[in-house]
Amino acid sequence: MDFRLGERSEMFRQEARAFLDEVFTDEMEDQIHRTGVHHNWDFHRALVERGWLAPGWPEEFGGQGRDPLEMLAFAEEFHRAGAPTYAVGTTLMVANIIRHIGTDEQKELILPPALGGKTIIVLGFTEPESGSDVAAAQTRAVRDGDEWVVNGQKMFTTNAQEADYVFMLTRTNPDVPKHQGLTTFLVPLRQEGVEIQPVLTLSGERTNLTFYSDVRVDDSLRIGEVDGGWDVMKVGLTLERAGDQGGESIRLLRAMEEWAGATVDDEGRARADDPDVRARLGRAAAENEVTTLLCRRCAWVNESGRLPGVEGSMSKLFASEALTRQSADFVDLLGRDGIRSHGDPSAPAGGAADYDFRFALGTTTYGGTSEVQRNIIAQRGLGLPRSA
Amino acid sequence: MDLNPSGEQQQLIDAFGALYAKESSSERVRAAEPLGHDADLWRRLVEVGAIEMAVDEESGGWGASLLDLALVAEQHGRFIGSAPLLEAQVAARLLARTDGTEAASALAEALAGDLLTTVALHPPRDGVLTMVPSGAVADIVIFVDGGQLWSMAIGESRTRVDNLGSLPVADIEVGNGARALASGPEVGRWFEQARDEWLVLMANALVGIGNRSLEIGVDYVKERHAFGVPIGSFQAVAHGLADAVTAVDGGGLLAREAAWAAVEEPDRGAELAALACAFNTEAAREASYRSLHYHGGYGFMLEYDIQLYFRRAKAWPALFAEPSSLYARAEGHRLSTPTVEA
Repeated sequence: MDFRLGERSEMFRQEARAFLDEVFTDEMEDQIHRTGVHHNWDFHRALVERGWLAPGWPEEFGGQGRDPLEMLAFAEEFHRAGAPTYAVGTTLMVANIIRHIGTDEQKELILPPALGGKTIIVLGFTEPESGSDVAAAQTRAVRDGDEWVVNGQKMFTTNAQEADYVFMLTRTNPDVPKHQGLTTFLVPLRQEGVEIQPVLTLSGERTNLTFYSDVRVDDSLRIGEVDGGWDVMKVGLTLERAGDQGGESIRLLRAMEEWAGATVDDEGRARADDPDVRARLGRAAAENEVTTLLCRRCAWVNESGRLPGVEGSMSKLFASEALTRQSADFVDLLGRDGIRSHGDPSAPAGGAADYDFRFALGTTTYGGTSEVQRNIIAQRGLGLPRSA
Repeated sequence: MDLNPSGEQQQLIDAFGALYAKESSSERVRAAEPLGHDADLWRRLVEVGAIEMAVDEESGGWGASLLDLALVAEQHGRFIGSAPLLEAQVAARLLARTDGTEAASALAEALAGDLLTTVALHPPRDGVLTMVPSGAVADIVIFVDGGQLWSMAIGESRTRVDNLGSLPVADIEVGNGARALASGPEVGRWFEQARDEWLVLMANALVGIGNRSLEIGVDYVKERHAFGVPIGSFQAVAHGLADAVTAVDGGGLLAREAAWAAVEEPDRGAELAALACAFNTEAAREASYRSLHYHGGYGFMLEYDIQLYFRRAKAWPALFAEPSSLYARAEGHRLSTPTVEA
């Protein structure tokens, strides 16, 4: 047994840290919080220049052939720094699907600009009437010669305002069981009939509601078979990375530990010397270590040549629920000052507790709700029967 | 990174797993109650070298790492062994660490299995060592008082205490028979190391308790029917077990990491020891509670084994401290200002 990620991973971690120190400026961080957009073109291009948009990809596709443990160390640093990687994540996820099951023409058209940082791809699965039940998508795609005509709406199309394509799950056959009538397309976003409506969220993150009215997509941008969209989704879901490696929680605890060391109570005693404060910080430290280990286990499973299934659900469930619990507890710990808003200069601990108290609510939903993860763990992990 | 046990580690797990399966069945565990000591199990453990393995070769032992001991402790917890394994190992390691002829002869007696030697996890209060692990069955207790390390024959000075976990604990009056083994600033350091080792081993024992509790609970909810279906198909039941197994799985990684770090990342050893014991106390409590509760009224009956696990999950780690104190202890290490105990 060995809990080290290994020398190569730690070297890569140091390089990532140095890169972030240099490139990820305070201004960029402020901008993320001000705009709610977790994407920054300068940062994106700097990643490309460094050859780090997809370091885990094979060299022939523009990557560096880094192994899963190296990629884990890399991702840990990016998430702990709070770097803007949402759009990188969605773009690579879709590019990865195309790399695995796309046509040669699609690979040629999509992969070079995506890996070159010129194209951004966002996800279009969720709809107003379907979230966890993703296969219930109603957005229609109807064939018209060499093209398809798309009509419908997608929810939480984050970064659509920056993107070139939306990777969309559509209904192509309403007359068969729901999983058998779905098709996926790469729909160009910059065309008539696409309307992007900003949606503001509790944490200040900006996402979108997107509307599609007679939007056209060429059949050459269909990914997978007609009515074979569910198979494509399965490929995508197994490639999806689990959570944020606890980066948000680690940053929150760091801010709270600094606060405890620098703040005194009404009697002039350091908050860090209060056993109750210590216990609450310590509990978060235990949870963060567990999150880190559960995420590392996923990378280790990957490294061993398998795909993390139940392990991925456990890390996602635990990380997001822990952040939700901790951030609420830390708002309490800060007393009446705890409700000072993130962004207000008077907020204690840089407003981290208030920010995460809001931010955490998204994490237990996107990428599969906690309830979906628990179903997976119960059925595939514990072998419990499906619910009736 | 490799989360799998090595070949040798797996052999250790298998060997002790087989020993406990034979010598610590639930019938045997029940027969040893309320004292909580099974003399035959303990003799078998001593015979196969469970104490000797804990001590380095120069001191007459086999030099197993704390991680090796942790893997054995997990089996001990899985079969809720009625034997003073953890305390005896930690006491022997503490004696081996202590310079001087007194400590050396005390260690020799402990290793031979002639004198069952335990360790008090807390200094005496008003002249009494309270809730000493295995104090009801041990011959010798090692303890710290006034900056000195002491050894004392227990004899008549003990009062056995009935308790939640059917543990062989006792309150022990410190008398004139105590022999000083060592004094000086290093005593405190040795003792804290012993306490951290106990925390690591307890964390791993709790992983065993948590895992076995879940197996019992999962088996039950697959078989038990209500409203015409197995109750495990209800999300209200399944989701509670999913949360519990996630915590036990993650806690298991943390417990093993803490044991590994004692040697490989000593700077984080003390922090991880306290974090691992605190987190696994809660994880094992939750796992055994969920499994007991999903038994319905049967869970409340002594006849079902889940109650054996539920009581021990709460009681075993309590001999050191409840989780909040352990989290505070860990945070003290993180802030580099360790918590001073009253």
